[in-house]
Amino acid sequence: MLSPEALKKIDREVAKFPPDQKQSAVMAALAVAQDEKGWLPTETMDFVAAYLGMAPIAVYEVASFYAMYNLKPVGRHKLTVCTNLPCALSGGTHAAAHLQNRLGIGFNETTADGRFTLKEGECMGACGDAPVLLVDNKRMCSWMSNDKLDKLLDDLK
Amino acid sequence: MSAATFTPMTPPFAPGAYGPDAQIMKDIDGLNWRLADYLKRGGYDGLKKILAENVPPEKIIAEMKTSALRGRGGAGFPAGLKWSFMPKGYTGQKYLVCNSDEGEPGTFKDRDILRYNPHSVIEGMAIAAYAMGITVGYNYIHGEIWDTYERFEEALDEARAAGYLGDRIQGSDFSFQLHAFHGYGAYICGEETALLESMEGKKGQPRFKPPFPASFGLYGKPTTINNTETFAAVPWIINHGGEAYLRLGKPNNGGTKIFSVSGDVERPGNYEVNMGTPFAKLLEMAGGMRGGRKLKGCIPGGSSMPVVPGDIMMECDMDYDSIAKAGSMLGSGAVIIMDDTRCMVKSLLRLAYFYYEESCGQCTPCREGTGWLYRVINRIEHGEGRNEDLDLLNSLADNIQGRTICALGDAAAMPVRAFIKHYRDEFQHHIDHKRCLVPVYV
Repeated sequence: MLSPEALKKIDREVAKFPPDQKQSAVMAALAVAQDEKGWLPTETMDFVAAYLGMAPIAVYEVASFYAMYNLKPVGRHKLTVCTNLPCALSGGTHAAAHLQNRLGIGFNETTADGRFTLKEGECMGACGDAPVLLVDNKRMCSWMSNDKLDKLLDDLK
Repeated sequence: MSAATFTPMTPPFAPGAYGPDAQIMKDIDGLNWRLADYLKRGGYDGLKKILAENVPPEKIIAEMKTSALRGRGGAGFPAGLKWSFMPKGYTGQKYLVCNSDEGEPGTFKDRDILRYNPHSVIEGMAIAAYAMGITVGYNYIHGEIWDTYERFEEALDEARAAGYLGDRIQGSDFSFQLHAFHGYGAYICGEETALLESMEGKKGQPRFKPPFPASFGLYGKPTTINNTETFAAVPWIINHGGEAYLRLGKPNNGGTKIFSVSGDVERPGNYEVNMGTPFAKLLEMAGGMRGGRKLKGCIPGGSSMPVVPGDIMMECDMDYDSIAKAGSMLGSGAVIIMDDTRCMVKSLLRLAYFYYEESCGQCTPCREGTGWLYRVINRIEHGEGRNEDLDLLNSLADNIQGRTICALGDAAAMPVRAFIKHYRDEFQHHIDHKRCLVPVYV
């Protein structure tokens, strides 16, 4: 269900915890699974549950609680832009509006060509870098002026 | 934003980038984060000295108490006192946890510590583990900062390879295993018991306290949880003494503090200053008000804390007790600055939405109340406010605060009350005239 490389990464996380506490690695395992699959279909969550010896429902609970898991398919790139107050005071809402205009979609929507999904994020702990956005959960882009946003969209194929 | 004057702070930084008082971030240029750099700055001297001299753990905890280092995550609880709560003579497994789940809007200091000076946290945790007789620790890192998590993992590898972590550290009898844990996007996990639940592979829903983590923590074992900046301050205290740390600040408010300044200033960023530094000086370090505008209001401790009007703030010093006197709290040290073009209704609306989004749903007053607060503020903002709405908001706040398992309910309620208290005219104007008092917003 998951590649040997993904399982290796999960095993490395499992090793951080006591042998009877494999469940502690569930968040990392879901993140690894999502990196590989793009999102978390039920069969993937079931696989993670079996792999860690958890009840499937316990895995669904985790996946649905934390904001960065994709419970539905997303575009090739997920852009999460922070619009919380400190960011809004430094252009965060402008950046979000610019992305919406450029992509022709609203929050939680995906472009027709399947390239981008746009999300509104909550505090990423990088307010000094506003406007700030996260690409595919991993790459943080700071001080995103409209020019930089345009360039980013062109670069992300 | 005025792009003409603003230069992003990207490595390498000029010397003294974090300010002349900096201790944790002293000589940090953004590139010198590796073990070799840390050793050059005198890193791991404190840990080595403790191990070489077999310093009694009680002496370290006493030094911590003298330092008046208060928890830098938000609550400001004295760190030495917290360490002394761990059960003595307990022979089972105990845990040490670093809370780097930094998601309080306005706060971005722990990210800088972890990516630019990660070994200060590792050394601080190792010293804490020694003082409390703990052999295993975790650092729970905020989900959105993946590159910082990866860097911290790299720093852990460096420390293990050089014998500052692992079995029999520096040839002593002390062993300490430290691991990094990556969150995945839940503000509530900054609450320490929610963080523990999350680490156990569950939804991050806070536990009822008592029992406190010192008696029932991770996997039900005695656990101490401190913030990243708290641990990062520990090596300095060991090297210079608790008394010297206390003297950097004020009585009951020891040391330096990293303030994250955001919003309407020329240079948003982190500045490390001695406790008790005047707010006016901190504002100056951040380049002053953007475009020379007037300070309308400031949230001095992160979005959960009450807003303070500009004129009161300008008279205030930056320490726990002074800010409490001004009617707010120092919290995590996130200073959100708003100038006179900002609409306070719209500002509060965004914060209310945040708490509504992030409520974990466990307690009814918070789950239902945060949504209710958001909807009422939303209708005021959009010209549909009713005359009774301000009293309704205060009553909602009363029915949330103090009635929930964790402090998220209080965090949602306190800003509402303070915004209405200090800017009531502006809210009333929205209700009476169906439009905003200030012409432009962001």
